[in-house]
Amino acid sequence: MQAIGIVVDSRHPVPLLHEPVSAGFPSPADDFVEEEIDLTRLLITNRPATFLVRVAGDSVVEAQLHDGDLAVVDRSLTPRHGDLVVVDVDGERSFKVWLLEGRRVRLAFANRRYPAFEHDPAAVIEVWGVVSGSINPRRRASR
Amino acid sequence: MTTLALVDGNAFYCSCERVFDPRLKAVPVIVLSNNDGCAIARTSEAKALGIKMGDPWFKIRDRCQAQGVRVFSSNYALYGSMSTRMNAIYRSFVPDVEIYSIDESFLDLTGFSRRNLPELARDLRSTVLRWTGVPTCVGIGPTKTLAKLANHLAKANPALGGVCDLSDEDERAHWLGWTKLEEVWGIGPASQAKLRALGCDTVADVRDMDPRPVRKAMTVVGERIIYELRGISCIGLETVAPTRKGCAVTRMFAARVEDLATLEQAIASHAARLGEKLRREALGTDHVTVFFHTSEHDRSPQRSVSTVVTLPEATNDTLALVKAATWGVRRVWKDGHRYSKAGVITVDLVPLAASQRALIGGFDRERGAALMTALDTCNRRWGRGAVVPATAGFAPKRTWSTKFEMRSPRYLTRVDELPVVSAA
Repeated sequence: MQAIGIVVDSRHPVPLLHEPVSAGFPSPADDFVEEEIDLTRLLITNRPATFLVRVAGDSVVEAQLHDGDLAVVDRSLTPRHGDLVVVDVDGERSFKVWLLEGRRVRLAFANRRYPAFEHDPAAVIEVWGVVSGSINPRRRASR
Repeated sequence: MTTLALVDGNAFYCSCERVFDPRLKAVPVIVLSNNDGCAIARTSEAKALGIKMGDPWFKIRDRCQAQGVRVFSSNYALYGSMSTRMNAIYRSFVPDVEIYSIDESFLDLTGFSRRNLPELARDLRSTVLRWTGVPTCVGIGPTKTLAKLANHLAKANPALGGVCDLSDEDERAHWLGWTKLEEVWGIGPASQAKLRALGCDTVADVRDMDPRPVRKAMTVVGERIIYELRGISCIGLETVAPTRKGCAVTRMFAARVEDLATLEQAIASHAARLGEKLRREALGTDHVTVFFHTSEHDRSPQRSVSTVVTLPEATNDTLALVKAATWGVRRVWKDGHRYSKAGVITVDLVPLAASQRALIGGFDRERGAALMTALDTCNRRWGRGAVVPATAGFAPKRTWSTKFEMRSPRYLTRVDELPVVSAA
């Protein structure tokens, strides 16, 4: 099954010789040829646990995540102080900043125009995943 | 000693839906079959409301609405993708995995020490839940049949914490004595009746039967079940899928089809899909069986017909298959009936490269292959069904296509259907 743009093929670029050997004179680059940078490997460390999610809103712009961006969310990561997370607060899913204050966790917006985030102290909070990257294609790909 | 595990998703289709919508947690959820026919997956809350496996949608629709049951059409693109992820996780734990179905896999745990098995199973369950959001149960035993039974016990007894290990003989004896024979994998209604007639009631009774009369009554398959229940492994792990021997594409129509043009269109579409499936495995066929029939539930005139069209040589070329299939339709078409289902079937598949060529009238394989490669590449790039033969019709305009009216977005496979999370 092909996933969206982040994994087009599971092909790994195979380094080719710099020039066909039959040219007679081998290229000096042959011993230094490297694999091209693979965008997928750059953005995704743990494929089975990684999901792409679209951002709707501006509450976390100061964490560099804007309305319409694609967030790369890894469910296998444990949130660290300052991480951007996808979190369910009493069944409502949203992006929040994860802050550790002593042993307590505080969830926050990342936009000074928003008041401090408050929730019912008895609310059930579940982390859905940690934002490990983001993608912002500017020229719309057709698929 | 062999040790196998059977891991499967709990209410798998429903659990996949729950991953992407937090409001579905702890509420009754059901997923319907093709054409929104009947309930094929139910959460425990939905089961508690009395919705049974296979209940027709039209019968339970009002009840679902009244009781706040969330209903979904099957979202196979989503479930298939989630299944791939789960199997990737199994493979990171264990080298030998057999994908038995979309939500069940057998794992070979033979190399692991007995002491570590419960911890391994718990670790696997919690990793799958954490990484994909899908809850699972793990059944462990010395044979596939016992692993499957253990899995059933883990599901039926929440106190087991999702893991049941039947490796220990005493524990096995206890559970087999308590469980009814209906729960054994491979014992269907006919066999159940035969075994009950022979005096069996529990799984332990079946295990203790003399295999020879069972072999007479239920063939070698039945005999194997007895040995497997005794801890003797007869069914090995298939980590490599056997070569496909047959391939079919059949669909019930969303609405009855009464005219030739529409039926041809449907058959052409199925034949195109058949070509795709054959090319994926480099197999070919030298014949196509085309069938279509009316629904026995309708009161209009009944008709069921099928015809075999032979080809000069084995092929997996979509255009050749479509041409043959539509010719077959025209050959046996009759007006005056309201058809409910149609399909194309092939058997005796052969690896295309090794197949015998026709002396006369053979296909131009080189040219065909180039065209098919282009076709498949376009469909991979722009999505299934992006390019189809003209006879198959323009997808959005097809009146007969399978209905999936309440399908959730294809969260993992379409960029325009990604899950949206609020930052508001």
